[in-house]
Amino acid sequence: MPLRLEIVTPEAKIYSEDVDFVTLPAVEGEMGIFPRHIPLMTQVKAGEVAARKGGQEFFLAVGEGFVQVTGERVAILTDMAIRSENIDEQKVEEARNRAEARLKEKLSNDEQATVSAALAHSLAQLHVKRRTRR
Amino acid sequence: MPSTRDIRRRIKSVKNTAQITKAMQMVASAKMRKAQQAALSGRPYAQLMNEVLAAAVAGAGDFNHPLMESREVRKRAIILVSTDKGLCGGLNTNLLREAARFSKDTTVYICAGRKGAQFVARSKRELAAEFSYKDIPAFAEARAISKFAQDLFLQGKADRVDVLYTNFVSTLVQKPETRPLLPVGRIQKLEAGVGGHNVAEELDSATQEYTFEPGAGDVLGELLPHYVNYQVFQYLQEAKASEQSARMVAMKNATDNAKQLIKDLTLEYNKLRQANITKELLEITTAAMAMG
Repeated sequence: MPLRLEIVTPEAKIYSEDVDFVTLPAVEGEMGIFPRHIPLMTQVKAGEVAARKGGQEFFLAVGEGFVQVTGERVAILTDMAIRSENIDEQKVEEARNRAEARLKEKLSNDEQATVSAALAHSLAQLHVKRRTRR
Repeated sequence: MPSTRDIRRRIKSVKNTAQITKAMQMVASAKMRKAQQAALSGRPYAQLMNEVLAAAVAGAGDFNHPLMESREVRKRAIILVSTDKGLCGGLNTNLLREAARFSKDTTVYICAGRKGAQFVARSKRELAAEFSYKDIPAFAEARAISKFAQDLFLQGKADRVDVLYTNFVSTLVQKPETRPLLPVGRIQKLEAGVGGHNVAEELDSATQEYTFEPGAGDVLGELLPHYVNYQVFQYLQEAKASEQSARMVAMKNATDNAKQLIKDLTLEYNKLRQANITKELLEITTAAMAMG
């Protein structure tokens, strides 16, 4: 029995495929999900989603969001999601440096939050990209 | 009496204007289609959000969140969604007429789009922040605006936040409307796509029992800001579609008017040319008769 992994952002549906196994970065720690999992809802942190399908693994970087798990479906709602092959490492590296530089400046609280979120996005992307190359 | 050369010159300039307005009309209609499509592609997200919300609301039971706190309204904030550019008919005029209705002393404005910010500055009202958004609004842009509004609300600098935007009723009709954003009252169903979302529907009840991690209340608490962000995102999309269709109609009228003007001017030009020829002929024949 396959598990359908769906990743959606407000702008588009990024990923929708049948897979065998999914790991995702939940707030309470990494979580692995097989088909027939009990219905579950939780939050995800910025990080890496890995999906296994017939011995092959796919990686995606996701931002903060929510996940809904039913027996046959894992649906991730997030602000950002990008497949590892679409990540432009150089650009992300730049974005990361920019975010880190800005964090060193004096920032008001809400600016700090925005920049931290941007940094988390970049780090998640870099992590996924470098992992797939190895 | 203008000379034939003057009229020719005017015809040329009107023709150029017509070309420009025609081009703008086509650009606007292409952008409008794109904006509508972009709004539709958010549908899976809205659906999923509805499911998660329904389950979380059902699971959380009696739930309170700082964003839901309703207070006596001493200061209110308006998120004014206008356009950056003009040439879109009466869109901004109608919108800003609504915006001018709020009391000057108790209202702060959060502006998305330059026209609104200019209005606020010109009429000496209080501007809290100015944001911009692109032709196809990005969620990050909506999030920034929404975050700012939520902070104002949570810090007590505003007791109520409304959104004033132009609702897309149809290609020909766009209506400025004020919708409440904060405090969050009843959680309503989210809808994606433009086409005038009217009165929001009730949330469907949850169909399945879920386990929550850490707890339903926590998840709902985290979900609420996202719910508000998404609403702002929808308002931006709606406003953008309105802007493009208003521009399309305005530019079509301008092109039609220019064409009519060219027709009239050409007629006048030909009349004048005929008159000149007749005059010249008369002169020649009179001269010939005088000689003979």
